[in-house]
Amino acid sequence: MPFYRNIAAKIALLPMIVISLTVFVGCIIYSFVYSLTNSKLVPVMNYVGFDQYERLFKQRKWDVAVENIFIYGFVFTIGCLIIGFLLAVLIDQKIRGESLFRTIFLYPYAMSFVVTGLVWKWVLNPTFGLENSMHMWGMTWFELDWLVNRDLAIYAVCIAAVWQGAGFVMVLMLAGLRGIDEDIWKSLSIEGVAKWKSYIFVILPMLRPMVVTAIVLIAAGVVKVYDLILALTSGGPGYATTTPAMYVMENFFSRANLGQAFAASIIMFISVVCILAPWAFYEFYLRNKYANN
Amino acid sequence: MKKFFSILLTIFVPLSFTNVSKASGHMEAEVIHWWTSGGEQAAISEFAKAWEEMGNTWIDTAITGGDNARGTTVNRIIGGNPPTAAQFNVSKQFVDLVEQGLLQSLEEVASAEGWRDFIYPPELIETCEFEGEFYCVPVNIHSWQWMWINNDVYKQVGLPVPQTFEEFLAGAPKIQEAGIIPLALGGQGWQESGMFDVVASSIMGFPLMQSIYRDKDLDAFRDGRFESVLNTYRELNQFTDEGSPGRLWNDTTAMVIEGKAAMQVMGDWARGEFAVAGQEAMVDYSCVIPGKEKYVALGGDVFVFPKNDDPKVKDAQLAMASMMVNPTVQAKFNNAKGSLPMRLDVDTSAADACMQMGLDLIQNPDAIMRESDDWNTPAFTAAWGDIISEFRNDPNYTVAQVMDDLEGVLTSGL
Repeated sequence: MPFYRNIAAKIALLPMIVISLTVFVGCIIYSFVYSLTNSKLVPVMNYVGFDQYERLFKQRKWDVAVENIFIYGFVFTIGCLIIGFLLAVLIDQKIRGESLFRTIFLYPYAMSFVVTGLVWKWVLNPTFGLENSMHMWGMTWFELDWLVNRDLAIYAVCIAAVWQGAGFVMVLMLAGLRGIDEDIWKSLSIEGVAKWKSYIFVILPMLRPMVVTAIVLIAAGVVKVYDLILALTSGGPGYATTTPAMYVMENFFSRANLGQAFAASIIMFISVVCILAPWAFYEFYLRNKYANN
Repeated sequence: MKKFFSILLTIFVPLSFTNVSKASGHMEAEVIHWWTSGGEQAAISEFAKAWEEMGNTWIDTAITGGDNARGTTVNRIIGGNPPTAAQFNVSKQFVDLVEQGLLQSLEEVASAEGWRDFIYPPELIETCEFEGEFYCVPVNIHSWQWMWINNDVYKQVGLPVPQTFEEFLAGAPKIQEAGIIPLALGGQGWQESGMFDVVASSIMGFPLMQSIYRDKDLDAFRDGRFESVLNTYRELNQFTDEGSPGRLWNDTTAMVIEGKAAMQVMGDWARGEFAVAGQEAMVDYSCVIPGKEKYVALGGDVFVFPKNDDPKVKDAQLAMASMMVNPTVQAKFNNAKGSLPMRLDVDTSAADACMQMGLDLIQNPDAIMRESDDWNTPAFTAAWGDIISEFRNDPNYTVAQVMDDLEGVLTSGL
């Protein structure tokens, strides 16, 4: 491809390229260099090799954080996709008051994660939340202590996150469903395929672009989850619901332990690359290659 | 003699500080701090008022939360736009800034006014002094060493107000039977580890604590007394309620005020909550310094003054440092804040029964207790606190395991 093809577009993109290179790549290199130092409150060039990484992997807290991000990522992604798709299918049944339901289901998405966190913190609080109300209505067998139970707290976080994110997936899926040609439905009904079967085996594969978009958007939210957990549990009880992003932030600010924070963020970066690289390779390289052949 | 000396100081120090202010003319100062609650606002505005009375301008940059405020300060110093003054705690939080040469030395005004003679207790001088020069101004003393107790609850169950953790534990089951939560504890890391240090010092005494936290003496750490502290701490935690995780300290204090809970371990800033609720010290509530050996912990706040190329800023910084230690300003500030002043010659006639207890105790040098963060970096205290918090929340985390993990922190060189 000649260099001067689309030259105007390339010039227009130049500032963006420069900014991404200096800001993103530059910061990554900076973080890596200082992750090899024992910087505390301010960055200092005091080389200590891979000590910070060694310390990081010895932290029980870091293990918990990594485990949590996997649980959260899995439950949140799957939860959002299933509930979002189900809601979309239900709304697609040409129901009355469709726009009202759409608004209701999408509303949580308009809220900030902090608000979501606070709302669920009150709902799930055993002393003045739902459990307390149920007890006052005479249902004393009712127990809902997820938020204060260290084994279940991370799932309480997932519930809040799915509550917020499912509506968004629903809208994406609904847009996809509306794009399905009427003729496909007609032929399906002529063939006498059950409705649920046609949704799962015919329509869902046709929605592939929607599903991919939804997964990418959700996954980006998973890695950086911070505000929701801060508002909902502040990483507690103990540090049962802490995440890698919280670990980094803590070490940056309250713990004045920059070297450790840099090391943790580099590890986060590497793991994201490890997950994304095969997919990007497939999406941008292999597919084009086969398409061209 | 001491009294005479302090009277002399009260007379001369204000004189010297008016001289400084006159010499420098109109000055502008931006101050970063995290005092945003009602009582705290009242306290910082005493500084602002005194500063403005000197004919200067005070630019208030209040940032919620100590972590955020300190983060902002450091970012702005590194970014080349430092504030005139910034708040830190009495601790090692700002040591790096001194070592990197980012803070203004206050030695000029400190030696001229004789800070070393009147700052009390002298441990505060240690906090601020690096290589013979002053780099911070201590403004107050806050102590963690308090149990806040609802008197009505103890009257109701017919028990005397406990003076030690052992007495509290003995009475706790009876309180529980009466349907009251014996121990109000907010399950946030800093509250959990704060209470732990109070339990530790009251059970094993300050000298042992010092050899563990400061000297990292593993023999002292392993001689069995620290384990008994852990056991007591675990026992205490049986008497909290299930709503504890994540609860804010003032919501927790409110439970004691309302009689839903019997006792809370919290710093002396809790007194403000009782005062706002219209309760009277020793009548409606008791403040108890637990243990046979009673201590005042030396927590509190300092202000540091980041270096600035502009010589006018330096003048303002020295003038403000001098103003902050002025006894009249100190009296007004600490009465509003509810903390103890950093010098003995301050008018404390407005002190209530609890504050008076602290004031009496602090005169005794043996009763002065230092905290872990006086000797250790924030990274160390946080790593330590993580383990304590996990110990409280995870019943499967055994004492033996905790001892090993804590030893790991002690030897980590953090």
